Amino acid sequence: MLRYIARRLLWAVALLFIVTAVIFVIFNVLPTADPAQLRAGRGASVEQIEAIRESLGLNDPIHVRFARYVEGVVTEFDLGRSIFQNNAPVRDIIFDRLPATIMLTVGAAILWLAVAIPVGVISAVRRRSLLDRTTMITTLTLISAPVFWLGLVALYLFAQDVGVIKIFPGIGAYSEADTFLGKVGAMILPWIVLASATAAIYARYIRSQMIEVMGEDYIRTARAKGAPEGVVVRRHGLRSALTPVVTLLGVDIGTLLAGNAILTETVFNIPGVGGELASAIGQSDYELIQGIVLFGAFFIVIFSLIVDVLYAYLDPRVRYS
Amino acid sequence: MSAPGTELLSVSGLEVTFRTDAGELRAVDGLSFDLRRGEILGIVGESGSGKSVASLSILGLTRGPDTVISGRAEFDGRDLIALGEEELRELRGNRISMIFQDPLSSLHPFYTIGKQLIEAIQVHRDVRKEEAAERAAQLLEMVGIPDARRRLDEYPHEFSGGMRQRAMIAMALANEPDILIADEPTTALDVTTQAQILGLIKDLREQLGMAVIMITHDLGVVAEVADRVLVMYAGRAVESAPVDALFYDPQHPYTWGLLGSITRMDRPRAAKLAQIKGQPPSPLALPTGCKFRPRCPHAFDRCAIEPPLEPRAGDPAHADRCWLSPDEKRAKRVVEGGEIGLEAA
Repeated sequence: MLRYIARRLLWAVALLFIVTAVIFVIFNVLPTADPAQLRAGRGASVEQIEAIRESLGLNDPIHVRFARYVEGVVTEFDLGRSIFQNNAPVRDIIFDRLPATIMLTVGAAILWLAVAIPVGVISAVRRRSLLDRTTMITTLTLISAPVFWLGLVALYLFAQDVGVIKIFPGIGAYSEADTFLGKVGAMILPWIVLASATAAIYARYIRSQMIEVMGEDYIRTARAKGAPEGVVVRRHGLRSALTPVVTLLGVDIGTLLAGNAILTETVFNIPGVGGELASAIGQSDYELIQGIVLFGAFFIVIFSLIVDVLYAYLDPRVRYS
Repeated sequence: MSAPGTELLSVSGLEVTFRTDAGELRAVDGLSFDLRRGEILGIVGESGSGKSVASLSILGLTRGPDTVISGRAEFDGRDLIALGEEELRELRGNRISMIFQDPLSSLHPFYTIGKQLIEAIQVHRDVRKEEAAERAAQLLEMVGIPDARRRLDEYPHEFSGGMRQRAMIAMALANEPDILIADEPTTALDVTTQAQILGLIKDLREQLGMAVIMITHDLGVVAEVADRVLVMYAGRAVESAPVDALFYDPQHPYTWGLLGSITRMDRPRAAKLAQIKGQPPSPLALPTGCKFRPRCPHAFDRCAIEPPLEPRAGDPAHADRCWLSPDEKRAKRVVEGGEIGLEAA
């Protein structure tokens, strides 16, 4: 087990290095806007731009710049500085935005699991029933609905300011709320919007996993033992069906924390990492973009590491192979 | 409780039909047999002959919205076919246990052997976990797994094929059942392990006095362990006989075919391995009359009506479904060299 974890850990480190290199190449070698010129602003003289370039070390050879970049990332987690936010460190901007994204992601994940697991299991156990058919059509609809559209519909229906039924806080409520409970209230609509499509995908996935597992020989054995059907479904069926869901969950949470909640955060004006990324792209704040992308890659690598370790814990066959 | 030697399980007119998209699939069609206390009954047939479905249905394991089961299966004064799910569940793994073909896929890969054994005990007995674990270790020892206590903590994939089937048997015997149904228990195992498992089942039968239904496609297994044999074809029994009578005086042409297609190590190799011509009939469209008629070289006009399963050879314990007279059968079944077969090659 320890050897397995050590191996995964080494692999994660190697992966992070490769990712860092690729991102560095994309933003520094491939043609982008000149960061010195962007910093200097309009009407700067050639000498001023050259001075900035020299001070940023942009005239050094590329491998020296990469080494400096990696050193900064490793020693101080220095992800560069924003061009348009007064040279603020990208790291600080991300950490400032991260709590909102974490809250959005974790809440939505709890919500989609809480919905998808029972729906998936019941649909699988009562296959081809009216309930199964209804939920499968509903989930298909939710999967097909784009998040930005779903977000606007949710606001139109339920927001306190513009909604038809004024029950939930609407756009910008997260920034305005100053208590934790207030922030939770502000998150209700975003959670529902972000969770709905994912819940639908998970419900369908869990259903198909469950149908497959319930046809396994060991389920027949459990029944032949005389185990009550509830135990057969939960202890023998669900335990197997949910194991691959862990993989899915790890990747989804990782990408959401990495800024994949960009649409939901934009629609509801939540000051999260995704929203920040959207505005950075709008401004061509390329050092900020680079920082967020690298930071996101870290999250994804770390979460896939967690998934690997968790998987070995859940499936004893992985541990020994 | 019935006296030794009398019927423990009495199945009559069992019919199992699955509704499929292709139509109604009659997997078991009027199967009747008795199982006596302490005996080993071999049920032999090709894949699709309904032997597994019949035994699963007796335990209610084929029940579902698309399955129709009728007939009777009397056990301990109750009809298992009519029994409610909860009552049937109390019997499963308790009074009637079952083991399956592939012990690796039949054991849950995520739980230790110990945990799965303990579950089998605790489902039916109100005992503490420690007591159940103690009993689980005893069971593993009983089925010949050395170092049982330590192996309780191992997972199925850490066991060898033979050890897994031993563990399955231990699990099935956890509550000292009256009947053990073994569905092709040795098919997935290599030959030496096969012999060990069959030996184990025979020993345990002696030790515990339970009856065994041994489902197999392998007449060698039947010859090894069974007291009585039921030959199944197209969802029904075509011959029922004590094991010696089946091998030395087989009555049904299908049985001849099965016997003729055994490869013999002790005889010179035949030019061509004998086989029964054609395919078993589709359970979606069974032939009228005798179900074996389309494949039978000895069929005649009377075979358009299906014969009932009755004693025809003079021995009341030996019944078959063939209109031919015993003399005709004796004349027709013998193939070159005194070997029994369906027809000369």
